[in-house]
Amino acid sequence: MKSRRFQGAAVLWLLAISLLLAGCQRSEPLPFKLTDISGHMPALDFKLTDDQGKAVSGADYRGKVVLLYFGYTHCPDVCPLTLAQLHVVMQRLGTLADGARILFVSVDPTRDTPAVLHAYVNAFDPRAVGLTGDPRVIEALVKRYRSAFTREPASSDGNYEVSHSSAIYIFDRGGNARVLSTPTDTQDDLVHDLHLLLSTGTSS
Amino acid sequence: MKPRRLSSMFAGMALAGLLLSGGVHATSAEHIRASHAWIRVLPGNLPAGAYVTLENDSDQPAALSSASSTAYAEVMLHQSSNEGGVSRMAMLHSLAIPAHGKVLLEPASYHLMLMKAAATVKPGDTVRLNLKFADGSTLATDFVARPANAVDDSH
Repeated sequence: MKSRRFQGAAVLWLLAISLLLAGCQRSEPLPFKLTDISGHMPALDFKLTDDQGKAVSGADYRGKVVLLYFGYTHCPDVCPLTLAQLHVVMQRLGTLADGARILFVSVDPTRDTPAVLHAYVNAFDPRAVGLTGDPRVIEALVKRYRSAFTREPASSDGNYEVSHSSAIYIFDRGGNARVLSTPTDTQDDLVHDLHLLLSTGTSS
Repeated sequence: MKPRRLSSMFAGMALAGLLLSGGVHATSAEHIRASHAWIRVLPGNLPAGAYVTLENDSDQPAALSSASSTAYAEVMLHQSSNEGGVSRMAMLHSLAIPAHGKVLLEPASYHLMLMKAAATVKPGDTVRLNLKFADGSTLATDFVARPANAVDDSH
């Protein structure tokens, strides 16, 4: 009898927790300056390998504001520029930046081993994490965020073209997609929105 | 007849020599001024991007056709662009520098991709690149190596 009452209490607690979580999922509206994607993009969810060689999932980054960016290390111009700009953004956020993680997902997992990614992301910012994994898993993740990439091999005359999504997907501490940052957005707007996300909902 | 033909041949050779020496028409390299030359150095042997501002003080347009360096086995002229949320990188065969104008090789735009470094290039190092123009003239330019997370604020 005692155990049944305990079970009942446990069920109530589970209910209460799931209701709280559901509230979290709906995510309170915030006065964002970037493109608000709340409720329009799936939550942060993946199974990849980080730059330390450890298996990680989206759930491992709950509690952190996540900046998700798809790129590859053999990209000499736009990828480093984006990461260098994100480093400046992190510096502008001061100590608040410790609550954020830049997740750099490689769309070139064959060449981007954890070791290559480790040296790469650390050259930009201590809060940047490199993620690699099975090419099909990465492809599925890219599709999940309606992003795209193509990487054509070099032809005989050395001509080739590489293209990939230039957007940065930003998730709140609960793993919910909140805003999208594109190269045409200003750095001030990015700092503004990250400030909003980092200074609210710390306990969720 | 024979000596006359010989003398006209010499005259022709002299004229060709004059043209080649630039006495009649100056080369592109003589009219191009390179500034803000820097390289974003990435860890390991990853390709690096090189940037420079090229100003042409001539009343003739010029064109950058390629570049080479003893520090890198391969140098390619590229253009990055962003359309519809997709970032693209494409090879260029030539980049025009308008008469009395300039062209900026800068992040997210035109750049030189440096590949296969002969030795590790560290931030603070100076790397010499030979910029080659469409008329075949070259301009030796020193590029300053900067850290991966450098943001171009030199303009």
